[in-house]
Amino acid sequence: MSMRRLIAAALLPLALTAAACGGQATQEAQTTPAPGTSATPESFGENSLVIYSGRNENLIAPLIDKLKAATGVDVQVRYGDSAELAAQILEEGDRTRADLYFSQDAGALGALSKAGLLAPLPQPLLDRVPEKYRGADGTWVGVSGRARVIAYDPRQVKDAPKSVFDLTDPKYKGKVGWAPTNASFQSFVTALREVSGEDKARKWLTDMKANDTQTFAKNGDILNALDEGKISAGLINHYYWFEKVAEKGEAAVPSKLAFPQAGDPGSLVNVAGVAVLKASKRAEVAQKATDFLLAAEAQKYFSDDTKEYPLIEGVPTAAGLPALDSIKGPDLDLGKLDSLDQTLTLLKEVGLV
Amino acid sequence: MARTVTSSSARGTRLGRPLRRVPRVLLVPAVLTALISLLPVAYLVVRASGGGIETVVETIWRARTWELTVASLGLAAAVTLLSIFVGVSLAWLVVRTDLPGRRVFGVLAALPLAVPSYVAAYIWIAAFPGLTGFTGSVLVLTLVSYPYVYLPVAAALARIDPAMEEVALSLGRGRMSVVLRQLRPSAAAGALLVAMYALGEFGAVSIMRFDVFTTQIYTSYRASFDRTPAAVLGLLLVVVTFVIVVAESRSRGRAAYATRGAPPRRRRVVALRPAGKAAALVWSGAVAAAAVGFPFAGICYWLLEGASSGVRPDRLLAAFGATVGMAAAGALVSTALAVPVGVIAARYRSRTASVLEQASYVGHALPGIVVALSLVFFAVRYAYPLYQRWPMLVLAYAVLFLPAAVGAVRASVLQSPPVLEEVARSLGRGPFAVMRQVTLPLALPGVTAGAALVFLTAMKELPATLLLRPTGMDTLATRLWTETGSGAYGAAAPYAAVLMLVAAVPGFVLGRRSTKEDT
Repeated sequence: MSMRRLIAAALLPLALTAAACGGQATQEAQTTPAPGTSATPESFGENSLVIYSGRNENLIAPLIDKLKAATGVDVQVRYGDSAELAAQILEEGDRTRADLYFSQDAGALGALSKAGLLAPLPQPLLDRVPEKYRGADGTWVGVSGRARVIAYDPRQVKDAPKSVFDLTDPKYKGKVGWAPTNASFQSFVTALREVSGEDKARKWLTDMKANDTQTFAKNGDILNALDEGKISAGLINHYYWFEKVAEKGEAAVPSKLAFPQAGDPGSLVNVAGVAVLKASKRAEVAQKATDFLLAAEAQKYFSDDTKEYPLIEGVPTAAGLPALDSIKGPDLDLGKLDSLDQTLTLLKEVGLV
Repeated sequence: MARTVTSSSARGTRLGRPLRRVPRVLLVPAVLTALISLLPVAYLVVRASGGGIETVVETIWRARTWELTVASLGLAAAVTLLSIFVGVSLAWLVVRTDLPGRRVFGVLAALPLAVPSYVAAYIWIAAFPGLTGFTGSVLVLTLVSYPYVYLPVAAALARIDPAMEEVALSLGRGRMSVVLRQLRPSAAAGALLVAMYALGEFGAVSIMRFDVFTTQIYTSYRASFDRTPAAVLGLLLVVVTFVIVVAESRSRGRAAYATRGAPPRRRRVVALRPAGKAAALVWSGAVAAAAVGFPFAGICYWLLEGASSGVRPDRLLAAFGATVGMAAAGALVSTALAVPVGVIAARYRSRTASVLEQASYVGHALPGIVVALSLVFFAVRYAYPLYQRWPMLVLAYAVLFLPAAVGAVRASVLQSPPVLEEVARSLGRGPFAVMRQVTLPLALPGVTAGAALVFLTAMKELPATLLLRPTGMDTLATRLWTETGSGAYGAAAPYAAVLMLVAAVPGFVLGRRSTKEDT
């Protein structure tokens, strides 16, 4: 009878689930004997924290463990896409379960700040990072930096490109990759607009499009196409290259990184940052976590493990990277990167998103 | 007068006629189901109107909006037509011919259900990087979604009473006139699912870099944090879906499709000629190779490639447990919600009946993120204690995958003869007792198959899972997302492999079922 078999097939996974859940529960009980760990967010104690993290769990979980160990705070992390989590927080409004929002980029922080959902941070915390890497209204602070770079294939391109404006050259026709829907790319276009003006930004985008620039969904896809020799240059963030080298080994990554020359919007340094939610009832704990993220241990983690730029003074950058203050990127207030609306309008007009 | 042929068993007597008044015992739960499935639409109306009429008008009249509408409709049309072709041809070969190895092919034909579209797209694009845009999207979406047509059509083919075909012959009409008419409702129902799936799909099309409605909705949320344009686009998608749903129910017509009693004992099997047999083998083999063999081989390659990067068994096990548990709960809830709507759709003809059925479909083409945000919106306001708990996620699965369950219930109720229910009613049984003692037991195999289909689909769901899961819970799909998101493709492979293997179990059972002689 097919029916009996169907029911058996439905029951088997259920039994397995029960077994798996049982196993999970005992495991939790063993590793975390402290009371209240299995509690729901709202029944959390004073010394606990919910973080909405737009940063990837693989990159950030070890740091969260350090945070727990250093502060004794019971941390729960909800991982997701930065912008989708921001949309979630916007829907949640003052009933959000988040105490701290950890965003991949400044734009999402700016959007929440604009919506009035963020609480101001204490000045001493803000002052630990250079002014250009924090929110103008003091509601968010950058904790790590990443540089836009031009990755190129030295097998195809003899001289490293010096500026994003080089890439409209006919020799790059059909050979450059970009990711117009990627938030980092859009931040870069915003920088381009702010630094070079709307007209020049529009012309660059149109010229790039006319030069048959290849569209990708993600930075990682650009890098893969580059290493496979399908394109000869791509606009990405510096750490994708380091990640891929760590995953596949240097031999599998023939591409190289070029840091565009001083003042070029192509070498924008953007930040990942945090903000405390206004609706949080545990603002002090959230500030304690922010304090940890802006201290030497966490900053060294960014430098060593995620190959990002530390933002506080006295923590050295990763080997193989030019020093942060040597990247003379565009002279720009990162707060202006929340003019993303205009960037999107421009990208839409040009027909890229 | 083909209609007389198809409905000869049910028409002509007062007993077999569709009922008009829906009893309260069905109506109340069906209205509840309809309201739940309309939650996303209500949310979109709130968000769209919040931005002011100018934003709405401006979004609608943007030239880009119409380009995307055309692209989305083109994609849905191509995927649906191809899925009908692939699904119907395979079903006919497996059920009605002497194709060698037809049982194996029957199972293989259902297995693509186990392949998440984004995994298929990733594997295809990794092997054939040029395969982007419209062509690649159509190829991948057809290969993963044609089983939605294959399964109901195979079931319908197996149930057609050869006596009807003989009647058709005796009336001087071709055998096919009966077969095609009997197939139409199941093919149309499957095609409707495929069309809505293609309209709402995001993962595969974004990997294929093909811009459609859903990619624009995601861009709107991700890049501008502006929920109004996204909501307007979402509502346009609802309107498009509504038109398709109404068209499908019109095409279904008013004919009755029940067989008189027990399923047919014998089935007419066409003996293929050698050349036809060879061609049929090549065709079935090619589809199986592209839709099943290729993705599974791709996963194996991916596993070997990334073998060095270790996977944490505790994580894999926890994700497996959560995936199966959530998807099973989603399947149960969807099915429970679907039963009243499906029974009404099969047995009653009235404005209320069609409104209820259509309401359970309109939100189905909405991308996962819209459904997820709508549930965030309502849960935060009206069900806060349940927010970010598993029941909310289960509810999201129900909203997203309800149509598959409703379709299964409707089809299986339609195929059981209404006469039995009339007899029970004439013996004094109330509507609830009739449903519990007659309708559901007869329809149970089909309903269970529908639940298996929802289970399968829910296992692969990503966007709503990310937003609604309990904090700290991971499914196989979210783990896969985490690993690929940090570029750790090697570490992602085991999650993809386990996801496909687990999903292959119900896929296998559904495929087996489609080749059964007696069902």
